[in-house]
Amino acid sequence: MKRRDTIKSLLVGTIAGVGIGTTGCKTDLTEGIEEVATSSGYGRTPSELALDKKLAAEVFLTEQELSTIAVLCDLILPATATAGSATDAGVPEFIEFIVKDMSYHQLPLRGGLMWLDGEAMKRYEKQFVTLSEKQQLSIIDDIAYPDPKNLKPEMGPGRSFFDRMRNLTLTGYYTTKMGFDDLGYVGNRPNLWDGVPKEELDKHGFKYEEKYLSQYVDHEKRDVLAEWDASGKLIS
Amino acid sequence: MQIIETAKEYDAIIVGSGAGGGMSAFILANSGLKIAVVEAGPYFDPKDPSTQTQMKWPWESPRRGASSRRAFGEYDMSWGDWKVEGEPYTHEEGTEFKWWRSRMLGGRTNHWGRISLRFGPDDFKKKDIDGLGENWPITYEELKPYYDRLDKMVGVFGTNEGLPNDPDGYFLPPPKPRLHDFFYMKGAKKTGIPVIPARLSILTKRINKERGVCFYCGQCNRSCNAYADFSAGSVFIFPAQKSGQVDLYTNCMVKNVTTNDEGLATGVSFINKEDLMEYQLKSRAVVLGASACSSARILLNSKSKQHPNGLGNSSDHVGRYLHDSTGAGLTGFIPAMMDRKIYNEDGVGGMHVYSPWWGDNKKLDFPRGYHIEIWGGLGMPSYGFGFNASGLNEHIGGAVGGYGDKLRKDVRRFYGSVLGLAGRGESIAQYDNRCTIDPSVVDQFGIPVLKFDYKWTNYEVLQAKHMTDTFEEIITNAGGVVLGEKPGKEKDYGLLKPGEIIHEVGTTRMGDDTRTSVTNKYQQLHDCKNVFVVDAGPFTSQADKNCTWTIMALSMRASEYIVEQFKKKNI
Repeated sequence: MKRRDTIKSLLVGTIAGVGIGTTGCKTDLTEGIEEVATSSGYGRTPSELALDKKLAAEVFLTEQELSTIAVLCDLILPATATAGSATDAGVPEFIEFIVKDMSYHQLPLRGGLMWLDGEAMKRYEKQFVTLSEKQQLSIIDDIAYPDPKNLKPEMGPGRSFFDRMRNLTLTGYYTTKMGFDDLGYVGNRPNLWDGVPKEELDKHGFKYEEKYLSQYVDHEKRDVLAEWDASGKLIS
Repeated sequence: MQIIETAKEYDAIIVGSGAGGGMSAFILANSGLKIAVVEAGPYFDPKDPSTQTQMKWPWESPRRGASSRRAFGEYDMSWGDWKVEGEPYTHEEGTEFKWWRSRMLGGRTNHWGRISLRFGPDDFKKKDIDGLGENWPITYEELKPYYDRLDKMVGVFGTNEGLPNDPDGYFLPPPKPRLHDFFYMKGAKKTGIPVIPARLSILTKRINKERGVCFYCGQCNRSCNAYADFSAGSVFIFPAQKSGQVDLYTNCMVKNVTTNDEGLATGVSFINKEDLMEYQLKSRAVVLGASACSSARILLNSKSKQHPNGLGNSSDHVGRYLHDSTGAGLTGFIPAMMDRKIYNEDGVGGMHVYSPWWGDNKKLDFPRGYHIEIWGGLGMPSYGFGFNASGLNEHIGGAVGGYGDKLRKDVRRFYGSVLGLAGRGESIAQYDNRCTIDPSVVDQFGIPVLKFDYKWTNYEVLQAKHMTDTFEEIITNAGGVVLGEKPGKEKDYGLLKPGEIIHEVGTTRMGDDTRTSVTNKYQQLHDCKNVFVVDAGPFTSQADKNCTWTIMALSMRASEYIVEQFKKKNI
């Protein structure tokens, strides 16, 4: 679905009172919508675009490294009943690009992958990707948690590598449409913010202060030209 | 190199198209003056789909919004940040200053925080109050009519609170607080700190037919496609162009102001970035709105027989008294905000509530104050989201680390459970904190660059200590825990570097005494009556407020003074 269509369909949902839960949405929202033109691309200046094309054409991670990364990504975020896995969301492709954009990831990632294969060889005389999932997890379980009592100091390099892999996997996943759906993020679309839902306020024992209630935005009047009396009181 | 002179002569040339230059263009053009606006960066219109970043999703970019190429993230609408390719600046050894420059039509107003706070009556006479710094040559009462008109002309939401040093105005209605704001209010109330609705120049209600109304995407830093936020291009430059009185020169980097035998300005000299040739433009007046430090640089680079120390610099005060706001922050985790109901709370682009300065300096070990800005909420994920996702478990006895479904649950549990506080305060302007021309370094256009010499004093360090102590108390009183280590003495209590708050002011300060100031109270150079400075350079002191609203009120006043001078044939 194209973005413009997405916005349109959301708008329909909004007017029908489905979707964006908290706003007592009015039809005047269409005015705002028309003003939000959509566009292709992601707003780069010519020099930024040239840079991104150059980065995209570069090669840093090898096929072998990327295949190990893909296995790690899906151990970190496997598919669930309702959401795809990290590789379904294209996380390895994201990592492939981001290490070229942020070169400080390169050495720790490459070295970490080597460390991982070294550990796999030591334990099972095989490369990490060829291990059974059970064998893979036996290594991951040693590096996926902090070790405050320093019980396995030799796992230190693996831990810092896995921290980085986990960070990149999560950030790569949750910045996709699939990740947004899994998280439930429903913003980045025109709407009329009208306050915290009542049940949330009640849950925390909060309520809007009486003295401000009459002063907050009244969306019914958003299109009425602002006018004030001489004392500065809004009268329209 | 041949210098190309153009035959055209303007009434006024305005250098820079941001808050100060934009306002001046709007006033002068609508008063019938023929003007040129000369901007160092390219043309920019928030409506242009080819550069638009508003409403983009992170996955539309391969770097997912990361800040590796633009300092505030790749969707932030600033071309140029603390580094501009080909335009270096230098430092006196052992000092630090970070200089932000946006090279584009509208300048920094395209991405700024839209926090629009009037200075209060005390802010113009702080020397009378604490004996430090210098008083302004004008009072709040003199500037008030311009603030009043500005509120209506540009639009700002807020509430009239009757506070003595945070004046009332003509406000649009503010948006309702978000959930994290309630936790802030809870913590602040218990700490004895007032909280009021924020004051931002975002249209929550229509003010004219040309600009749209906010649709709550929370992305003002990406510059609003509907012109519902204040950006100098959409609010001043484009309307000014409709008068037919404006010639716009973009990608033109002003080098110096040209002067004649009488020492009066005759126009400007600039480098056209497209053909790298130098051009001269003529005018009866020159209005500098290039930003505090850029305008100082232009003046210092405008040496002549009549102005041997640089234009307007017979007092040796150009570049001096450079000062930025202080800044420090803390972040808290609020366990009660875990496992939140998820809904769209993007709101406006910025905070919905804030705390103006409340303290009594007589009881404190530092002068001047700060306001508190608040952030948090169910923001749109971009690069960095999910980093250390399970780390907050440490505070609730859960398992840190792991993988698989546990991680998904952690991400979801902690989403939106953080409350951030940032202090923005007033520093004391110092004679020795300054920018000068580096005698041996030029930029890629051959123009001598600025060298910065800036050190915080103990006043600012003590203020930062008070900020972080206070924030810790607020976070604790909100039922939260401070994240990370609270910065101690060895880190100046978290005081950010000079220039990092991007509120630099004071380099061409105004005053009645020609020996200790650069401009008079109408922002006219003491040394050259047809040159004016309308950016933050003429600020005698920063307040515990952000400077933009005052830049614009002052620029309106100075620009109307210029029109009056033209009418009286004084220029």
